[in-house]
Amino acid sequence: MNQTTSVSDPSPVEKYRNNFLKEVEANVEEGDWVKMCMQCGVCSGSCPLGSAWAHPPQELFMMIRAGQREEVLRSESMWMCTSCYSCVVRCPRELPIMHIMHGLANYANRLGLAPKMNPTKRFAKLFWDNIAATGRVNESRLSIKLYFMNGLVSGIKTAFAMRKVGLGMLKTHRLNLIGFFRAGGIKEKNQLQQMLNKAYEIEDKRKGLS
Amino acid sequence: MARKEYSFYPGCSSERNASASNYMVSVQSMCKTLDIKLNEIPDWNCCGASIGYADGGELPRHVMNARNIALSQKHNPGQDIVATCAACWLGTKESVERLSKSEQLLADTQNILADAGLKVDINKNTASGVRHMVEVLIEDFGYDELAAPVKKPLEGLKIAGYVGCQTNRPFGIDGESFENPKYLDKMVEVMGAEPADKYEQKVTCCGGALAFSEPEKSQAQIKEIVESAYDHNADMIVTPCPVCQMNVEVYQEQINKTYNKNFNMPVVYYSQLMAVAYGSSAKEAGLDGQIIRSKKLEEIAEAK
Repeated sequence: MNQTTSVSDPSPVEKYRNNFLKEVEANVEEGDWVKMCMQCGVCSGSCPLGSAWAHPPQELFMMIRAGQREEVLRSESMWMCTSCYSCVVRCPRELPIMHIMHGLANYANRLGLAPKMNPTKRFAKLFWDNIAATGRVNESRLSIKLYFMNGLVSGIKTAFAMRKVGLGMLKTHRLNLIGFFRAGGIKEKNQLQQMLNKAYEIEDKRKGLS
Repeated sequence: MARKEYSFYPGCSSERNASASNYMVSVQSMCKTLDIKLNEIPDWNCCGASIGYADGGELPRHVMNARNIALSQKHNPGQDIVATCAACWLGTKESVERLSKSEQLLADTQNILADAGLKVDINKNTASGVRHMVEVLIEDFGYDELAAPVKKPLEGLKIAGYVGCQTNRPFGIDGESFENPKYLDKMVEVMGAEPADKYEQKVTCCGGALAFSEPEKSQAQIKEIVESAYDHNADMIVTPCPVCQMNVEVYQEQINKTYNKNFNMPVVYYSQLMAVAYGSSAKEAGLDGQIIRSKKLEEIAEAK
């Protein structure tokens, strides 16, 4: 029956077939807290973007317990988290809710199940690629890439709509377009990249993703 | 020798020509007056910020923070790490907590750091040695000592203290309440200005990184934050966070269009108020970095 146990590196789908809760507990950041949720809904009421969540956190927790793997991992909901920590400090049972939301989003992302066009998912990738490249945020590259995320025409429109913000930042020396051409960042870029690559590798191995 | 000395983690936004470069200018002026020496962590890297979760996962984020801590321990031994940015402070402190709770995460992190000839010491005192500048001011100096060098009290100004999220939750400053922190109001008072003490939007989220990806939703939040400051007759908003400062300041014109408003509310850093009160010029206080200039604060700074 259970052939998956004999496979050396079973995919998470096989290893946790029919038990999404166990999969979340094992593979999602702070996922072992999910069962502690008592369904009070204080998190939803505290969330600044609460109304934008198709499934608020306590509902996601219940869906995880009900085994609704696809619905949870493909949801846009977790991507509405602004990282404000309101749910974390207010949860009566002290669940680190925000981190579980981040964990679910990250896990969905690594499995390739996260909604492809979600703007926060796409911005987050631009951000991470930006810092992983040089070790520090290059704000001019990040903002230009963000404007042109949806192609040239849309980028020109965004840049036009944002021109006053951009000009204000340039005039006050809080943005510098030369930064787009000059990478900047830390001295030990290669060393940091090697460290990050090893970290991805170890983490993927521990979570059965590779 | 300086009165106090710290290992300094300035963070990406404080760099030259970056979004909080004016924050850094004012911090330097403020520290000069208070005789604080900041020893920058050599070759520090980004903390990963909060939004780093999506592609950075757990271990890579902790490795980034552990590298900074290891560099600090190596080059500035025995000194508390002080960050001026909320995200830098939070990211670093959170990584310490996680690494101290998980033997496996710590072992993996040490293994990776070892390749770069680094090692991080995570012990029971490491987390308390990662501090926000505001914490240092309040806990190591205290309000009375912060008041002592005031040369130009900010008389006649009413200021809304916008604490925001990440300087407040989940760690908080000086054990204050998450729902109604008062330290910014106290600092405003100490500098001789009047705080808007019932500013109900003081801990509302500005949207953080989602100001870029979900601008309509974030700007709805920012609208409330600015409008409430007007309702309390504030001359300006003060904040300890670079993301709050930028989000609340730079989108006001777009909000004016969307909501048919007439906002033009300056948003300054606590360190800019302090620099001006301590007698710095507008330039030394970084006030030329504000897109919405605070004329009243500039007038005080330029008065003889």
